[in-house]
Amino acid sequence: MPMIKIRGLNKWFGKLHVLKDIDMDVSPKEVVVVIGASGSGKSTLLRCVNFLEFAQSGQIYIDGLEANVKSKNLHQVRADVGMVFQHFNLFPHRTVMGNVAEGLTQVKKVPYKEALEQGADLLKKVGLSDKADVYPAMLSGGQKQRVAIARALAMKPKIMLFDEPTSALDPELVGEVLQVMKNLALEGMTMMVVSHEMGFAREVGDRVVYMDEGRIVEEGHPDQIYQNPSHERTKAFLGQIL
Amino acid sequence: MIDLPWDFTAIPRFFPGFYAAALLTLQITFFGILVGLILGLVTGLMRLSKNPLINTPAKAYIWAIRGTPLLLQLMIIYYGLIDLVNIERMPAAIIGLGVHNGAYIAEIFRGAIQSVDRGQREAALSLGMTHVQAMRRIILPQAFKRSVPPLGNQFIIALKDSSLASAIAVRELLLRARQMGSSTLMMLEMLMIVGIYYLIMTSVLNLLMGRIEKRLQVSDYQD
Repeated sequence: MPMIKIRGLNKWFGKLHVLKDIDMDVSPKEVVVVIGASGSGKSTLLRCVNFLEFAQSGQIYIDGLEANVKSKNLHQVRADVGMVFQHFNLFPHRTVMGNVAEGLTQVKKVPYKEALEQGADLLKKVGLSDKADVYPAMLSGGQKQRVAIARALAMKPKIMLFDEPTSALDPELVGEVLQVMKNLALEGMTMMVVSHEMGFAREVGDRVVYMDEGRIVEEGHPDQIYQNPSHERTKAFLGQIL
Repeated sequence: MIDLPWDFTAIPRFFPGFYAAALLTLQITFFGILVGLILGLVTGLMRLSKNPLINTPAKAYIWAIRGTPLLLQLMIIYYGLIDLVNIERMPAAIIGLGVHNGAYIAEIFRGAIQSVDRGQREAALSLGMTHVQAMRRIILPQAFKRSVPPLGNQFIIALKDSSLASAIAVRELLLRARQMGSSTLMMLEMLMIVGIYYLIMTSVLNLLMGRIEKRLQVSDYQD
């Protein structure tokens, strides 16, 4: 059974048709990298999977269960789907530990002391044990994004979504974030990643999906997509970004 | 030397005689602001609701209060409603000032809430928080912090506006000054005493708000 199952998804922003009849499956432990020009709908697709946006038609199943705008338990569905944003969106009024512990104490109702222990483990995992007590404003972009990953992981999600996680970073900080993501992929996390980081896609990606004008144009193994794309549009796009 | 028609030595002499009136001014202001904060938070949140049944009353309240003078509002509460309810002058002043400030504070809160990046709400929701949790734990704390400077401004306006309670016979600073002025025939001196009282109180309030602002800045330090 696929971890994410998308069927016939259509999404409009006003008159703009941003997602057109999207069908997609993501298997457990699979790492899918979504690429495409800005405006191709790739971020919107990701946000639909986390129900930060709602499609006008189509179905989304998370781990076999359908959810949509009418679902009463959307917050529980979202807790199972971790999201990492391009601009980190850390809570500036909470320390690093406060950010990581927030979901644990508020959503999972984990006792504070236990949340701190779990938080410490997670910060260790992303290599930021020494930053537990500082506020996000004092961190570099790469550190912020690693905290954001730890914050999402705290919920023990079934799926992790990454929306251009390294696009807002200075080039020298991209590596540390990708390393954390690679480790996560190797541990068997189901991941859907909107990113143009070819190195990441080829190293740990199982599949690359190319989107253009709201449609999935082509998908396949990273080596095939990057080296031998079958569509002209994919070729043209890769020619621009590589 | 020109002989001035005023006796400014009366200022220190009569100054302590205004303590009780100053206390009343402070009480009206304090409780008025308290009422205003509660009304403002509720109205501000209602105003942000997408449901017209909820946001329309909030809009109407803000529209009516901001579009009419506080003096008129005080008179309506104290004199106008007398056949319906007989409200004492102090409660009338507090309610009037509170309802008046509630409208302005609602707009301050609304602006502050809207200024919080929408990514904050999305991050909270993506952790599995409910909308209420996201508002209470993530958005409101940041919004409150941003509302401190405009709130300080509003509190100072409220403090000065409390002088309008003199029109419904509350013996706060201004009414006291006019009464003392008439009885001593030293109107300017008495009014100046009151001016000094107001300056002291607004300065202390300013200082206080500055402190609060500073304390809330701990999470803002860059490198």
